[in-house]
Amino acid sequence: MIEDTFWDEIWNITTLSLRVSGTAVLIGALIGVPIGTILGFRQFKGKRTLTRFVDIMLKSVINTFMGLPPVVVGLVVYLLFTTSGPFGWLGLLYTPTAMMITQLVMVVPIIIGVTMSAVGSVEKSIRERALSLGATETQAAWLVLREARMGVLTSIIVAFGAAVSEVGGIMITGGNVRWWTRTLTTAIVVETELGNFTMALTLGAILLSMAFGINLALTIVQLKGARR
Amino acid sequence: MPTVEVQNLSKEYSGRYVLKDVNFSVKNGEIFVLVGPNGAGKTTLLRIIDLLEEPTSGRVLFDGQIVDYSSKKDMVALRRKIGMVFQQAILFNMSVFDNVAYPLKVRGESECNIKQKVKAVLKLVQLNGFERKNALALSGGEAQRVAIAQALVTEPNLLLLDEPTANLDPKNASIVEEIISHVNRERQTTIIMTTHNMFQAENLAHRLAFLNDGKIESVGTFQDVFGKPLKPVKSFARLENVFNGVSKITAEGTSIIDLGNGLKIEAAFKKAGNVRLHVPPEDIILSTQPLISSARNTFEGRITEISDMEHVLKLKVKIAENKNFTVQITKRSFNEMQLNIGSKVYIAFKASSVQTS
Repeated sequence: MIEDTFWDEIWNITTLSLRVSGTAVLIGALIGVPIGTILGFRQFKGKRTLTRFVDIMLKSVINTFMGLPPVVVGLVVYLLFTTSGPFGWLGLLYTPTAMMITQLVMVVPIIIGVTMSAVGSVEKSIRERALSLGATETQAAWLVLREARMGVLTSIIVAFGAAVSEVGGIMITGGNVRWWTRTLTTAIVVETELGNFTMALTLGAILLSMAFGINLALTIVQLKGARR
Repeated sequence: MPTVEVQNLSKEYSGRYVLKDVNFSVKNGEIFVLVGPNGAGKTTLLRIIDLLEEPTSGRVLFDGQIVDYSSKKDMVALRRKIGMVFQQAILFNMSVFDNVAYPLKVRGESECNIKQKVKAVLKLVQLNGFERKNALALSGGEAQRVAIAQALVTEPNLLLLDEPTANLDPKNASIVEEIISHVNRERQTTIIMTTHNMFQAENLAHRLAFLNDGKIESVGTFQDVFGKPLKPVKSFARLENVFNGVSKITAEGTSIIDLGNGLKIEAAFKKAGNVRLHVPPEDIILSTQPLISSARNTFEGRITEISDMEHVLKLKVKIAENKNFTVQITKRSFNEMQLNIGSKVYIAFKASSVQTS
């Protein structure tokens, strides 16, 4: 009986982790990939000083946001969704949705940044080659995106890796409620504090194998995408 | 469409002129070669003709029609009649078949046509059987031939080639040269190509232009341009180890060429009378001591010029009055040998390295 709840809880925690981080990354990709693509194309067009200045600022801002401390994101999302906050009326605080929003804020800059540099690195030569072979601007742009596909996939995998192992942000906005908002990382924190090392270690092993899976996928993508 | 006219063309990049008032025209069915040293503006000129760049001033005409850079539609339509091959092949991360099919796909050709045309052009560049390979896994020579196939598959009226053999080994280079003359002969394709290989220029060009420092120094047949050379033409020719001399056949069946100033070169070919010969800079061995070797030609000289060519160094070695050899060595051996301008050196090369046209 005890055994049953043990594995039930682990199953509950693991699926919640995957659901929250997976949804955040999915929505993040829908937002981040198009923006990253547009910004990647911009990099080579800016010849005037002003455009170049805007590009440099934009890139620096994105890079800063790529390294955003999750706790800070958690704090901001908490303040927005707390009962007295501007979105308090939605009643989302301490729900999986709030956790998902927190991780979304975290992963969007990662996806934009990595997509941007992937597109930027193939943009000029591939675009020119396509044009010289008779492509229209639109056809050339599609080809650039196709050539950068491994980089785009990398951005999504990296973002998922960051999201699933994040703890500070979702701890604040999810509240770590048992059977409700407890994920792999937040559960490890609480189980360790309680001295339930069997539980903590099992969850740790699951998280570690996920990290391994993500890195394995990344390595395969990089090997496949390697240009001469 | 094929007649190409370039009128008063200049191109400036942030205040520096890379092309200055360039004028020439290329006739239908002609192979027109742009020769000149690195940095002369050859690539920029080809890129402007391919409509990848706009000239700062002057204009380009195709069949008497001035190019309208404001109309994207016109530009695409014009580019679709031109095939271009860059010096460095840029291939897409897909199969060889898909790479070659790309120009047909963007033109909306049917699957059936695409299959047929790709097959035919891959045979032309001697890459049949490579269809399924990933293009990024090819060797340099194969990659360049795929790039040529991409340009030829649409049967363009005008073919632009930027140093098509510069990075290729002799075998691949001769395949590419064969393709160039085949296409020109069989399809009457007008070709504009750049090269700094004098022999290629002489072999392929119907007419050529010598481009130096962004300006055209002379235009005409090979003899017109190099027979009575202007000063920069002569120095360029010397840069490539090209010499004129009188050849005599020896008893052993080789030739001794007298270059004047007491300079005699032994060559493996059998030819008498006036010859123009060439020694590839990479075939010359440089040493600080006289070498005892199988090389039939050994000379003592002094380094008069050192130029950095990215991966290697080109040294000018003065052997006698007006006789300089260009020698190519790696930076590492240059440092190890502690060479400098004025250093006394010995150069050696085999009789079989001496080429003639």
